[in-house]
Amino acid sequence: MRITQGTFSFLPDLSDAEIHAQIEYALGQGWAIGVEYTDDPHPRNCYWEMWGNPMFDLRSATGAMHEVLACREAHPRTYIRVNAFDSTRGFETTRLSFIVNRPAEEPGFLLKRHELDGRRIQYTLESYATAGAPEGRRYR
Amino acid sequence: MNPAAAQPSEAAAAATVAEAAERVDLGELLADSHVGEVLDELGELIGLAPIKARIRDIAALLLVERARKRLGLSGGSPSLHMSFTGNPGTGKTTVALRMAQILHRLGYVRKGHLVAVTRDDLVGQYIGHTAPKTKEILKKAMGGVLFIDEAYYLYRPENERDYGQEAIEILLQVMENQRDDLVVILAGYGDRMDAFFRSNPGLSSRIAHHLDFPDYLPQELGEIAQRMLQGMQYRLSASGEAALRDYIPLRMRQPYFANARSIRNALDRARLRQANRLFAMHGRPLSRDELMTIEGEDLLASRVFA
Repeated sequence: MRITQGTFSFLPDLSDAEIHAQIEYALGQGWAIGVEYTDDPHPRNCYWEMWGNPMFDLRSATGAMHEVLACREAHPRTYIRVNAFDSTRGFETTRLSFIVNRPAEEPGFLLKRHELDGRRIQYTLESYATAGAPEGRRYR
Repeated sequence: MNPAAAQPSEAAAAATVAEAAERVDLGELLADSHVGEVLDELGELIGLAPIKARIRDIAALLLVERARKRLGLSGGSPSLHMSFTGNPGTGKTTVALRMAQILHRLGYVRKGHLVAVTRDDLVGQYIGHTAPKTKEILKKAMGGVLFIDEAYYLYRPENERDYGQEAIEILLQVMENQRDDLVVILAGYGDRMDAFFRSNPGLSSRIAHHLDFPDYLPQELGEIAQRMLQGMQYRLSASGEAALRDYIPLRMRQPYFANARSIRNALDRARLRQANRLFAMHGRPLSRDELMTIEGEDLLASRVFA
């Protein structure tokens, strides 16, 4: 199951040239670029690991692209995303976020049904990737 | 008509069309890039003849490279890392700034900004601090020019555990890999830069252009002074001009003479004295002319005449 999230979730995966162009756009808007990765694909997982510090004051996308490629090399079988942070007062939040790397195989999720009193059912999503394997040992 | 006779002329016509497509007008390329304007601005700088000649050469090379690329000839982008050596106040930073603009207009770097750093910005304070620090600066400089002032402080031979060596190694790596998006300019005083390059041969060989900034002649310093005053909306009276002519050779013989920078300081002090003199004439309204003019006495009060 191909997991999608972020700005270009409806598109096929971006090529490196397209990633470069998007970063260039973000820098043109004055946003700071951050690279994050994780091996926990749950949609509610908002705490991804940071790859180095967020990059402020960049002028060219080459430097940020360098970090994306370095992160991909170090963690080839994880999800990697690029965040663009807008520090303008009133926004002060991520304006752009998109996935730039994903594991080769994505096993998807198990829908767990938990029966409660009175025929009520509670649903839980559990990723097959995280089931049983601690962080760092998934997607091998 | 004989069809056999018509054929060769058609072929010839086709050949001329093909040849026209195979031509590139350098003048048109020059006008497109607006690099001429920057070169003209560079021409406005006083003195520095060898530097200007070299920059013109580089601009021509890049332009020709561009023309070649248009016709599908690729010679690989030339390496443009430079070293600027010269005494204090000879215009190294000013030229570096123009260099960034020229390289940008010629499409060699993508943004054309100048990041000026010294040892403190590159070298860390403890183990493991240097690499991220240097890399961060390099990332900021990408797409532009990284200007490392007083580069010889990066290497401290007396301390073998100095972290400067690590910064140099990272620089070398990037200078090699990122040839097309970053230009590194190392600047510093001549003799110390020579020693620096001698102890880091790898660095020296990766720098294609060693530019040596000559000292200014007294006459050039006079012109620079006039230019600076113009910029500050002052002017010299006749006695002021005579005083400046006497002042410059005397100042050049003083210790710590720093070319244009010394002249700027001298003019700043002359402005101080002028202000004092005008203040002493209290009670009377001052004309625009008086507010603008620096008299001989403002300069003659300098300690070099003592």
